[in-house]
Amino acid sequence: MGEELILTVADRYERDEGMLIPMMQDIQKEMGYLPPEDLRRLSGVLEIPLVRIYGVATFYSSFRLAPKGQHDITLCMGTVCFLKGSGKISEAICNEFNVEPGATTEDRLFTMSAVNCVGACALAPVMIVDGQYHDHVTMDSAIKIIRGLKEEG
Amino acid sequence: MSSSHIQTITSPESLQKFRKSIEGKTAGIKVIRVCIGTGCAAKGSRKLLELFQEAVKESGNGIRVEPKSVGCHGLCERGPIVVIEPGDIIYMGVEEPDVEEIYRETVLGGRIVERLVYKDPETGALSKTEGEIPFYKAQKRIVLKENGNLNPKNIEDYILKGGYTAAAKALSSMEPEEIIEEVRISGLRGRGGGGFPTARKWQSCREAPGEERYVICNGDEGDPGAFMDRSIMEGNPHAVLEGMIIGAYAIGANQGYIYVRNEYPLAVEHLTGAINQAKEYGLLGDNIFGTDFSFDIRINRGGGAFVCGESTALMASLEGRTGEPRAKYVHTVESGLKGVPTNLNNVETWSNIPSIINNGGAWFASIGTEGSKGTKVFSLVGKVENTGLVEIPMGMTLREIIYDIGGGVKDGKEFKAVQTGGPSGGCIPQKYLDAPVDFDELTKLGSMMGSGGMIVMDEDTCMVNVAKYFLNFLKEESCGKCTPCREGVSQMLHILERITAGDGREGDIETLEELALLLRDTSLCALGQTAANPVLSTLKYFRKEYETHIRERKCPAKECKGLFTYEIDPEACKGCMLCLKNCPVDAITGERKQPHVINQEICTLCGTCFEKCPFGAVLKV
Repeated sequence: MGEELILTVADRYERDEGMLIPMMQDIQKEMGYLPPEDLRRLSGVLEIPLVRIYGVATFYSSFRLAPKGQHDITLCMGTVCFLKGSGKISEAICNEFNVEPGATTEDRLFTMSAVNCVGACALAPVMIVDGQYHDHVTMDSAIKIIRGLKEEG
Repeated sequence: MSSSHIQTITSPESLQKFRKSIEGKTAGIKVIRVCIGTGCAAKGSRKLLELFQEAVKESGNGIRVEPKSVGCHGLCERGPIVVIEPGDIIYMGVEEPDVEEIYRETVLGGRIVERLVYKDPETGALSKTEGEIPFYKAQKRIVLKENGNLNPKNIEDYILKGGYTAAAKALSSMEPEEIIEEVRISGLRGRGGGGFPTARKWQSCREAPGEERYVICNGDEGDPGAFMDRSIMEGNPHAVLEGMIIGAYAIGANQGYIYVRNEYPLAVEHLTGAINQAKEYGLLGDNIFGTDFSFDIRINRGGGAFVCGESTALMASLEGRTGEPRAKYVHTVESGLKGVPTNLNNVETWSNIPSIINNGGAWFASIGTEGSKGTKVFSLVGKVENTGLVEIPMGMTLREIIYDIGGGVKDGKEFKAVQTGGPSGGCIPQKYLDAPVDFDELTKLGSMMGSGGMIVMDEDTCMVNVAKYFLNFLKEESCGKCTPCREGVSQMLHILERITAGDGREGDIETLEELALLLRDTSLCALGQTAANPVLSTLKYFRKEYETHIRERKCPAKECKGLFTYEIDPEACKGCMLCLKNCPVDAITGERKQPHVINQEICTLCGTCFEKCPFGAVLKV
C-alpha cells in the first residue's frame, strides 16, 4: 500500500519537486497523517533530501506527523472569535477532555486544533466538528457537542 | 450544467451569441436563490436548498422555478439568506419550516412573508429588497456586485451577467500596453495590503527580461477577522479568473497560479470547478477567443502559514519549500517564482480588472479619494450590530461604516476602538472616527488598510490583551528566519504576559517601545517590520490602560484574569443557587432565595458564576 501510494502520488504531479506540498497533502488525505516511512519513500522517489521534506512537514501547520483521533475538532482563534471568548472555550475544552491544542485525546476520540481564523467571523465564536460549522458556541455548548461525539461512539 | 453539449467560445461574437441563447433559455423563470457561502451553510442553508428543490419537484404546476445555490450576500450575521426572483425579495434567518410558506406565498402567490424580511431595529420599517436595507444602501458594490446573484458553480450564470466580455474585449481589440494604460488611469492599487499601484507592477513585469512570465493570485487571506477574499473566491470565482486572463495577456504570461488558504475548502472547490468549466468553454487553454494567446491556471492549496501571504514566501511555498521570505533586492517582477518574472496580485485586485476594462479606467478613478481610487471591501466584524462584508467607495469615514452600515456597537455598549490591517495594523480610537478610509489616512493613524479586516471593539475589550493576542499570533507565525522578528516578538509578548498577569514593572512600556523600533528597522519582511504595530498603536492611544495595569494592578476593561474580582450584587441575586452548584471550587455560599456570597480567598476567578447567572447579579469589580 505505502509504496504504491507514494508512486501514484508522485506520478500524479509528474514527480515535479515544486509540487511537493500538494503531494504531501494528498498523502495526508489518504493516510490521515504523514507516516515517517512514507516521507522516506517520497524522499527516495523524488530524490530530494528527507530533511527538506521534514522541514516542510513541520513548517506548515496543516501537516501532522502523528495519527489523528476519530473526530476532528477545530476551534477558531481568529481576532473576532478571540474577542468573543474563544480563548476561554479552548481552555474549557482542554480541561474537560485533558487535551492540548494540536494533540489527540488519550482515548483517540478527537484531535483538537486551534487555528487562526476560518473566515466565518459573523458566526464567532466558531467550532468546526468533522467539517461541520457550529456558530456562536459557548464553553457549555462546545463541551456538550464534544460529549455528543462520545455517545455516538 | 444545464446543457449537455458544450459550445466552445472562439470569438467575442460567439460569446455574445452564447449569452443570447442563455437569455432565451432563462427568460420568465422564477428563481429561488439560496446562499451557500460558509456563513449561511453553517446555519443549515444546504438543507434549505434541498427542501426548495423538493418543493419545486412536487408542485409541478407549469410554473418554471429554479432553485439556485449562490455565493455570499455579505450580511452573514442574519443568514441563512434566501432571495426570490422576480422582485428580489430577500428573506433572512430562514429555517427549514419556513420553506413551505415561502414557496406557497412568495414563489407561487407573489406575496411577502413579512416575518422573514428585514425589520429596522429602530423604526420597525420592513425592507423587502436588498437595496432598501440600510446595510446595503450605503455601499457601492463593484467587486461584490454579482455575489449572491449567481451560482458560482455555473459559468453560464456568469456569462449571462456579462462575464468574460472584458476578456473578449481586451484580447481581441486591445494591445497589452493599452490595457496597462487603462489600469494606470484607473489608479487601482493592490488590495492585499501594500497598496502598490497595479499598473506599475504589471508594466515592470512585462518589461522584465526573459521569455517566460507567471501571474499569481494571492488567495492566502491570513489576517484573522478578514474574509473578503474567501467570499469572492466562493461567490464569484470566474471574476477572479477573468481578471487573471486579462492581466496575463497584458503582462505576457501563459501560466497562472492561484494560492488558496488551506482553511477555505469551499473556495478551492468553487475555483477548481470554475477553472474546469472555463477550460471546457475554451476560455482557458490554447488560442483564447481565437487569438494566439494561450493561458492556463493551476490551484495550489496553502499549508497553513500566515507568512505565505508575503509574496516571496508564497513563491517559495509554490516551489515546494518552507515559506520563508527573502530580501527583495531583486523584485519578484524580475525574478519571482522559479526565477521567472512573476506578477502577484491579491484576489480583490484581480476581481476589479474586468469592471475597469468594461467601464474604462476613468470611470473607476471617478470613485474614491485623491490617492485611493475605487472601492474597498471590508469585513466588518466584532462587537458591531450588522457584521458582514461591506464594499464602500474609498474615502468614506469610519463612523459612516460602523454606524450607518454596521448599525453601531452591539448591545448598546460604548465604542472603544476599531482594529484594521490585521496583525500588521493597529487600533484606532473614537476621536478618529471621522477619518476617511483610504490607504494613506489609515497609515497616518498608525494602522493600515491591510487586506480589509475591520474589527470593532467595545468597552469590555482590554487593549493590552488585544496587543498580546496579536503578538501571540505573530510569535506562532514568525517563520524564524531573521532574529529580530523571531526573538523580538517573543520578548515583547513575554512583557505583555507579565503586564496582563499583574506583574508589570516600571520601564516595561519603554522597553516595549524600544523593541518595537528595533523590529521595524531590522526585520527582513513586512511581517516583522509591522509586528509591533498593534503594540505601538495601543500604546499611542491607550497608554493609560497599560499604566493602570502596571501601577494599580487593575484591568479597566475587566478582562485580564487576576486584575479584577467577581462579586454578587445582593440586590439582584435571587438565590437560585445556580452559581453555587456550578462553582468548581465551592467558593460560593448561601441559602435558597437568599443572596449568595463569593469567598474571595477560595475563588479562582474562572468566571463560571458570571456566565451562569441568569439575572446578571455577578459583577466584575
